[in-house]
Amino acid sequence: MSAAFTLYDYVLSGNCYKIRLFASLLAMPYQSVAIDFYPGYEHRSERMLSLNPAGTLPVMVTSAGGQVLTETNAMLAWMALHDGGAQTPWFPAVDPALGPQVQQGLAFGAGLTDSIGLARLHAMLDWPVDGEAAKRAGLKHLRALELHLTDRQIDGGLWWAGAHPTIADLACFPYVALSPDAGLEHDGFPAIRRWLYAVRSLPGFATMPGIHPLHELR
Amino acid sequence: MSLAYARNDWYVIADRNSLEQGPRRTRLLGDEIHVSGSYAHPVIKDASGRMLPTQIKFDHVWTTVGDRPRPLFDIPEGNEPGRRLVPCGMVRVKCSPLRAVENFLDIAHFPFVHTDVLGAEPYTEVEPYKVEIREQNDEVWATKVKFFQPLAAKSAAGGITTDYEYRVPAPTTAVLYKTCPPKPEAQDVITIFVQPRSETECDVWPWMALYDDDTPYADLVQFQQMIFLQDRSILENQRPIKLPLDPRMEIPTRSDLTSVAYRRWLKKRGAFYGALAETL
Repeated sequence: MSAAFTLYDYVLSGNCYKIRLFASLLAMPYQSVAIDFYPGYEHRSERMLSLNPAGTLPVMVTSAGGQVLTETNAMLAWMALHDGGAQTPWFPAVDPALGPQVQQGLAFGAGLTDSIGLARLHAMLDWPVDGEAAKRAGLKHLRALELHLTDRQIDGGLWWAGAHPTIADLACFPYVALSPDAGLEHDGFPAIRRWLYAVRSLPGFATMPGIHPLHELR
Repeated sequence: MSLAYARNDWYVIADRNSLEQGPRRTRLLGDEIHVSGSYAHPVIKDASGRMLPTQIKFDHVWTTVGDRPRPLFDIPEGNEPGRRLVPCGMVRVKCSPLRAVENFLDIAHFPFVHTDVLGAEPYTEVEPYKVEIREQNDEVWATKVKFFQPLAAKSAAGGITTDYEYRVPAPTTAVLYKTCPPKPEAQDVITIFVQPRSETECDVWPWMALYDDDTPYADLVQFQQMIFLQDRSILENQRPIKLPLDPRMEIPTRSDLTSVAYRRWLKKRGAFYGALAETL
């Protein structure tokens, strides 16, 4: 099968991992181009800025039509629709109950990037930001997510919304799973831990550094 | 006593990329250090404004805070023509600098932490290998190490049994020589230079000298970063945080011979910074 898209990728980026993980879950082939985000700051190079003036990673270029997408949530939506059309369980966009819930989760996922993601860059690569402020904001997000997932689990649900995992779960999973990289442990968040385990159990799950595989018990 | 020993070693404090980002503050052996200038003319000062000596070696800027620094070791392979020198930036880890080095010397964890890359189940056996402390230069060496690896390097095309040699020329540096997939008669060199920020936190600067003209630089660095970041979360969870030197505190197995030698060697030279020197 030919590549569905080209991904400009950085191995340590949680946002890039969202795309790699979803591609693995969907068994969707793609082509990856490694970008030296650190230490080379290649995402700010002329070549990359001409592709994405915002200077962020990942960048997706679709094979059919050559669309350039620079927002991770838009990439997840594109992949779900490319895979399963309007009927895809991963993105029930027009379902009156689930559609708005998924949008809620996508926006929450972006907030995780801006808080935990930033705190992690500071803790790991000494990024010149206020690491403590980012960590406090990250902790707030973890508490909010714990509350949401606790409510869901009381109602018998496991995922962010509905009975099937959606792109909302994938938008939230990486930076929550990676939060210990920033010193934000999961010990106090049982609902989050249960949900993390569920995502890691999905067939076709892929790891990244900091997110270990579930070892099969044989 | 342990700090006095550590002060007289040289440590990486910057590389070209980090200096191009402008002045910054960092820490070395518990004290604040100011880093500025350029790669050609680095300016390293302690908190009181005292200029610290510098030297450029292995694509990094080194400094020392000691009055009688020991000479910086050499890695002669770095000067061999045809090798590609690959500095990989810095990764901060909340762990003892000595634990970071020891982890680098261990192969038994490969199948479990670097699954399907540096190791894979069920190929978990560590065959007997040889460890010695070479008296002429007082270094720890592990040789004749063999391990099956599904993806030993970015340049590897499939699973191979990789030959390893490890060398510890200073308490916070580990050098690894391993089979070079495209050039079997030669060895790739991969090192970590550990900058001890304190006894329980360090900045790790990986550096490679490879025979690989084909793989793009970004892929080489990301391969190394992937491996090291798989270790990071494990390292940050090791307890006790400092490296215990009493062999009864963490029971070694046969595959841990390198670690046993490393700990003995640290003990013998009194390199206790980042170590738990008390006995049970």
